[in-house]
Parts: sequence; C-alpha cells; structure tokens
Amino acid sequence: MSNSTITASPPKHAKSGKGKKPASLWSDAWYDLRHSKVFLFGAALALLLVIVAAFPSLFSPLDAFDKSTCDLARARDGLDATHWFGSDNLGCDTYSRVIYGARVSIIVGIVATLVTSLVGGFLGLLAGFYGRWTDVLLSRVAEIFFAIPSILGALLILAVVGRDNAGIGSVVLALSVLAWPLVLRIMRAAVITTKSQDFVLAARALGAGPIRIMIRHILPNALAPVIVVTTMNLGVFIAAEAGLSFLGVGIQSPDISWGLMIADARNRFLEAPAPLLFPALFLSITVLAFVMLGDAVRDALDPKLR
Amino acid sequence: MGRYVVRRLLQAIPVLLGTTFLIFAIVYALPGDPLQALAGDRRVDPVFAATMREMFHLNDPLIVRYGYYIRDIFTGDFGMTFRGLPVSTIFEGKFQVTLNLALMALIIEAVVGIGLGLIAALRRGRWSDTGILAITLILVSIPTLVSGFVLQLVLGVQLKTSTGIDFFPVAGIAEGWRSYLIPGAVLAGTSIAYLTRLTRTSLMETLRADYVRTAIAKGMPRRRVLGRHALRNSLIPLVTYLGADLGTLMGGAVITETIFNLPGIGQQLFQSVYLRENSVVVGIVTVLVLIYVLANLIVDLLYAVLDPRIRYE
Amino acid sequence: MKNPSVDTHLLPADNLGTAPLLAVDNLHVEFKTRQGLVRAVNGVSYALHAGETLAVLGESGSGKSVTAQAIMGILDMPPANIPKGEIRFRGTDLLKLSDNARSQIRGQQIAMVFQDALSALNPVFTVGWQIAEMFRVHRGMSKKAAYAKAIELMDRVRIPAARQRVNDYPHQFSGGMRQRIMIAMSIALDPEVLIADEPTTALDVTVQAQIMELLAELQRDSNMAMILITHDLGVVADVADKIAVMYGGRIVENAPVHDVYKNPAHPYTKGLLESIPRVDLKGQELYAIKGLPPNLLDMPTGCAFHPRCPYRQDDCVTDVPPLHEISGTRSSACHYWREVLDGVQG
Repeated sequence: MSNSTITASPPKHAKSGKGKKPASLWSDAWYDLRHSKVFLFGAALALLLVIVAAFPSLFSPLDAFDKSTCDLARARDGLDATHWFGSDNLGCDTYSRVIYGARVSIIVGIVATLVTSLVGGFLGLLAGFYGRWTDVLLSRVAEIFFAIPSILGALLILAVVGRDNAGIGSVVLALSVLAWPLVLRIMRAAVITTKSQDFVLAARALGAGPIRIMIRHILPNALAPVIVVTTMNLGVFIAAEAGLSFLGVGIQSPDISWGLMIADARNRFLEAPAPLLFPALFLSITVLAFVMLGDAVRDALDPKLR
Repeated sequence: MGRYVVRRLLQAIPVLLGTTFLIFAIVYALPGDPLQALAGDRRVDPVFAATMREMFHLNDPLIVRYGYYIRDIFTGDFGMTFRGLPVSTIFEGKFQVTLNLALMALIIEAVVGIGLGLIAALRRGRWSDTGILAITLILVSIPTLVSGFVLQLVLGVQLKTSTGIDFFPVAGIAEGWRSYLIPGAVLAGTSIAYLTRLTRTSLMETLRADYVRTAIAKGMPRRRVLGRHALRNSLIPLVTYLGADLGTLMGGAVITETIFNLPGIGQQLFQSVYLRENSVVVGIVTVLVLIYVLANLIVDLLYAVLDPRIRYE
Repeated sequence: MKNPSVDTHLLPADNLGTAPLLAVDNLHVEFKTRQGLVRAVNGVSYALHAGETLAVLGESGSGKSVTAQAIMGILDMPPANIPKGEIRFRGTDLLKLSDNARSQIRGQQIAMVFQDALSALNPVFTVGWQIAEMFRVHRGMSKKAAYAKAIELMDRVRIPAARQRVNDYPHQFSGGMRQRIMIAMSIALDPEVLIADEPTTALDVTVQAQIMELLAELQRDSNMAMILITHDLGVVADVADKIAVMYGGRIVENAPVHDVYKNPAHPYTKGLLESIPRVDLKGQELYAIKGLPPNLLDMPTGCAFHPRCPYRQDDCVTDVPPLHEISGTRSSACHYWREVLDGVQG
C-alpha cells in the first residue's frame, strides 16, 4: 500500500473539523438567548404585560373606563381587600386603572419602535448603500434632528399637533420624529461595513442588481445592530410617553396612562402616595422588562461586548 | 490640530442653522392666532393687531422671519415677548438654575458611574460585577418620573419624620447647592447606568489591549499598569460621553424641574408652550440646542487633546 | 552596571556552570473556552544557554507564542492555566515565584519584543516616555536622566534624529521604526533573555531583513540569549543556533540549525523546508503541506501530524510518538525519523 494513495484521500480529522455546521450569528444568538436568564425573565414579563394590555378585563374585575365605579367618598382611601391599590383623588380604583393603563404604554412603545426602525432603517440602508450625495443629504438631515434634545422636541411637536388631536397617535409621532436618526446612523454604519465585504463584492461581480444586493446580501448582515437598538428603544419610548403625559402634553383624560395617573396624584402625593406609587411601580417594571430584553439581545448579537 | 478645530467648527454651522430653523418652523406652524390666544376671550383691536403683526414680522413668509430671527440672535437679541419684555430677561436666573442642576447631575454621574464601572471591570465575572450590572439594569428602568417622586417621599418626608435628618431639601432652590442634590441624583439616574457600563466595557477593552500586555512585560507594577497605561486610554470615551451628556441633561431637565419645583429653563419652556409665547419657546430651545452642539464641539476638541492620534491627523 | 539596591528581587547571576540559563520543562498550558478546554501546549521542553539563539518554529496555533507568554508570565489566567511543568530561569522555577518577584524579572532579566509594534506601544504616550519608563520605574532614575537614556537607546537601534523624535507618538513612526522603538524598550535594561515573538511578521520584506540584522547585532554585542519565534524558516538560518519545531502544542523536532537545513528528521519540518521558495528551483511548482493545521479542540489521535503526513503508517494514528533522541543535540518526535532522514517514503 503506497502512501500517496493515503494522502490522496481526504484526511479524516480535517474533514470532521470542517464538517461541523458553521455556527451562524443568528443561530448562535438564538442559542445564547434561550440560555440567558435575563432574556427569559424579561421575555416572560414583557409577554405578561402585552397580555394585560390586550385583555385588561381578564385581570381587573372593574372596568376602569366606567366612571360609575368611582366613589368620591372613597377618595384617597388606603388599600383594602376590594381596592388592592387604594383609590385616587376621584375615588376611582387605582388597581383597575393601573391594569387598563398598560395598553397605552405597550402600544406607544411598540408602534413608535416600529415606525422609527422602518423609517430610520430604510433611510440608513439608502444612505449607507448609495453613499455620495444621498448619504450627505440624509446624514445631514438626521444630524439636525439629532441635535434637538428629545423631551424638548417632543414637547414642541405635541404642542403643535397634539393640541387638537391629543392621544396615542400624536405621542408616537412626536417620539418617532426625534428618534429615527439614531436608527439611521446605526444602520448606515452597519451597511457601510457590510458593503465592502468580499461576498458583496463577489455578488456584484456576478452581476447582481443593486436592489438584490441590498436586500439579499447587505440587509441580513447589517440587521443585528439595528435589532439591538430597536429592542432598547422600546423601554425608552415607554418611559418617554409617561413623561410627556405627566407634563400634560401626551395622553389626555379620559384615556388612562400611567404618566397621567402620576400627574393626577401628584398634588396630594405626600399624604396619599398609593395612587402615584402604583402606576410608578408598573411603569418601572414595564421599562425593566424591555430593558432586560434589549440587554439580552445585545449580548447575544454583539459578541464583542462580552 | 488647528485644521481639525476649524473643520469641526464649520461642521457645526449647518447643524445649528438646520436645527434652529426646524424648531422655528414647528413653533410658527402652531395653529391659531397667537395674538388672539394672548387676548383670550376679549376682542383684539385691529389697529393694535396690525402694529403688532408688523413689529413681529408676522405677515412675512416663514423663511424671512427666520432670517430676521437669526440676525437678531447674532446681536444677542432673542426678541420680545408679547408683553414687551426682552426674551433674554426671562432667561436670566433660569438658565443658572438649570445649569446648576445639570452640573450637579454631571458630578454625581461622573463619580458614581466611573467608580462603579471601574469596580465592575476589575472584578469582572465576580459577584460585585454581577451586582453592579444588576444595579445599572434597574437604574435604566426607573424613569425620572418615578425616582423623583420616590426620593422626594423617602428622603424629604420619611427621613425627616423618622430620624429628624433634614439635610435633603426636595423642593425649590432656597438651600443653595443642597437643593440640587436630590434633583441632581434623579436627573443623573439613567446616565449613571450608561456611564457605569461604558466605563466597564472601556476598561475591559483596554485591559485586553496589546499595549497593556506590553506594560506587564516591561515589568511595571500592577498599580501602574492599571493607573497609567490602561486608565489613560479608557478615559477617552468617558470624557466624550460626559461632555455630550451635559447638553442632554440640560435638555432633559424639564420633568425633574417640575417634580422638584425648580424655577429653571425647563419649567419656563413648559409654561411658554402653554401660553404660546413663541418667541420665548424658540429662544429657549435655540439656546439649549446651542449648548448641546457646543458641548459636543468641546468634547470633540477634548478628544483631540486626549488622543494624540487625532491631534496629529 | 545594575544598581544592587534596586535589584534585590533579581535572581543571582552566578553559579550557572554548564546548566542552561533558561529551561522549559514539560510545560502544559490549557485555555478554558466556551467550546471546551483547549490544550495549547502539551509537554514542551527546551533549554537556552547564555548567548545562544533558539528559533521556535511553527504555524499559528502550534503553541509557540503561548509558550513564550508563559515564560514571560503574561498569560491571562484565567482563561489560561498551567497544570504541569516548570520554567527554570537560573535554576529557579518561575512558576513558583510570587507575582511581585516575577514582575521584577520581567523587563529586567527577561524581555519581550512583540509582533505588531503599533498595537503593542501605548498610543497616548510618546515613545520617549515609554522607553524612559523602564529606567524610571526599575532604576529609580530622574525624568531627565531617563529621557537621556531613551535617546541613547533610540540611537543604538539606529532611529535617525533620535533627539528630535523622542517626543513623537508611536503612530508618527513607520512600521520598521516602531519595531526599533519596541526593541529599544526591550533591551533597555540589558536583559539576559530576549524573546522576540514574530518580530518581523507585520513588516515589509525589505524592512524585515534590517530588523533581523539589528536583533542579531544587539544579541552578539551583549551576549543575550534570544528566543526567536517565527513561522518563517527563511529568516532563521543566519540568526539562530538551534531550532525547535512545534506542531499541535508539542515539539516535533529539536536540532542545531544547520542539521535541520541539511537533513530534517521530521516530516513536518521537511514539508516546511520544501515550501520555502528557492532561486535554484525557479520554475518548479512550490511544495505545500497538504491539509489544514490541527483543530486544537479536536486533536487527531496519535501523532497530531498524521492526517497530513506522507510517511504515515498505521501506528501513527494510534500511538503518540515520543521525542526520539537522534544524537546528543538532535531529537525528533516521529516513529519513522530514520526513513525521514533517509528520504525514503513508506
């Protein structure tokens, strides 16, 4: 038996090393997420809150929108067996209002995140991919919006558009207008990095058109950082909505928002803290849930930060 | 260095113009007649209205009015309120309050954030690191709205009634710098968490750097490897973050000022939006954006001082 | 001369006799990773006498740099761990010394030149500051005296206009000049052992020769012992006295440099030699070793080189070859070293 025939056949061990399925970023990240306590806890909490937001009546025996359940005689009463979180200034049940208040927070958080991610992501993809004047123009415009401190900007916008149509839509608009540049920046940077990689150059050399290259080759590889910032934004938006509603330019009564509840309870806060502290607690827990999700997603998708 | 400074200054100009115009446009797109709003239910005298319109260029197109506005700002004139007061007199004192608040927040943020971050990085993977990361998670999750009221209740009321300690004033600015302690801490909250994390990753990254390995190979004592070689490099992103955060803190002070009843610029802005005193609103936001852009500019220059690779570009 | 009051922790310079200056003995280094335990170094031994140059040759992942970092004591532990072995310097096992005692040896008695000087030099300090630091910290010199020494050293490694450039930052130098700074820093305190970890890999070919020449010259002048780590057999011939070839975390061949070039005793070394481009064989196809370097997480059984070996027999797959002694100065970890020496395949 000659040695040359042995070497001609592929070496066994080199093959077994190569034969292992190459771990992709996404499958790696998914593996990490399933094994992350932070993610599992955050996801469970977020899921629960989404269910509360969708079906508040499952969690509260009283309909918070039904003003007949309020009893002024009970205003600022403490906690008892039927009114777990006590009653507010108007004698309405704080617990049912807190439960019904989840909806606004969740909707604003999710819709504003979707809008900013789609707008910022799309424009960032264009800026990064086409470069030149497209990039200069979009980046400059983004920079202008970026220089406006977000609460101030949202306050201004809501004062303009929100005066006559206050509500979820205006809040989402105000938050999105100021937040899309961040997504644009991140998407743009990721696209520019991806664009110069060999597989994109190869696809281009093989004659793939720009749209195909953008969607099939660049987008999947540039998506990770955008997903990270998107998840993080959820919590930020929820906190911002509460802040704006607290200042009186966000959600308006009779809609229920935690920020609004805090504002209402504010004047008598030091004597009757419950109507303020419970929405505050739920607000913090909600933000915490999404911050944990964002944290876990970032850890999973950005191995550099480990 | 000189060219770098000039380039950064030139880059800041379009941002400033664009941002001020954007704000100007938003505010003057406010529906309704500002004069009528000012007059309330009373009938506005048409002759008076015409003079006012002329005086405030209300009849000119937006872009022309913006031109007037920019021209005036360059001479330090932020315009007049409808009541005839120069807008700049309204700024007086109020900016000082907000600046004090933001500076207090910045100091708290720097001390606590960098301190916690260093501990976490040096004890990486141990319980103190995990604990600090958990704290940052919670800090990020508590909006100012919540931490403000809770601290007001706990430190301002509970602490006083239970222990008699009356060190933390929780409303107004009568107590000098102490008045800013709790509001400052509240305003700094989220930033502390970010800075802690940034410090941690930054130091961990530099500790892995080749030049730190070189310093160890040179036989430098551990204290020197950390204190001179690693820290000097990790500080660069931290200073950048802190500088940029001053602008953010000033712009984000409105909720804190409302909770603690601090007569700052945020509160003024809030009132002016309600009263539709557009000249005041535009003035305040313009100055805040100016501060924000300038803070970023200064940070970029500071960056060049700290990192010789940029200085000699 | 060295100041004895500062050097209390240094190991004594006498009583060496014929014993080696530095001896690595059955060294094992492993790393804990997310994928599992990586055994990067598996029982490496080599010895170095004063004034001698040992070239350690191998592909990346062969364990050559990890061994050097273990000698310097700059491995991050964890994830690294040294479960077995000794590193004797002047008869003392460095692995048993305190951290403080080791940091006294680092830089003063054993110094290191790294591969990429751009990342190995601190970007925010001037090169003068970084060289002078050696004198200020280890010798307690004044700032002024230390800078004077730094300029002297920059002259010695032939950096033009050293006096003007002492306050420049690393990024203001060319790659070759930066590596000279790195070398100046490492020889500042006249170390007895200099470890050069691929000192020319990051440089242009023309500059590579100059740097090797400089290292050889400094070594001759000061009678330092040198460990030259490289993956390039071509740079070794003129500089080294002996060669240790590493593969898969083990030494596979140990020999005086000329014996290796004349007649390698391990198929891997043979493959490396045949893959050097040679002028006299111009026009012929260049030889390349078949297959890939071993996966450290999944090492081949028996001889780690067997999947790529043209001399492979059945026992290579099952039995780890010991280091066979060929002569007083040579050894080879190949069951069939005789056949390799004779050039008989199978």
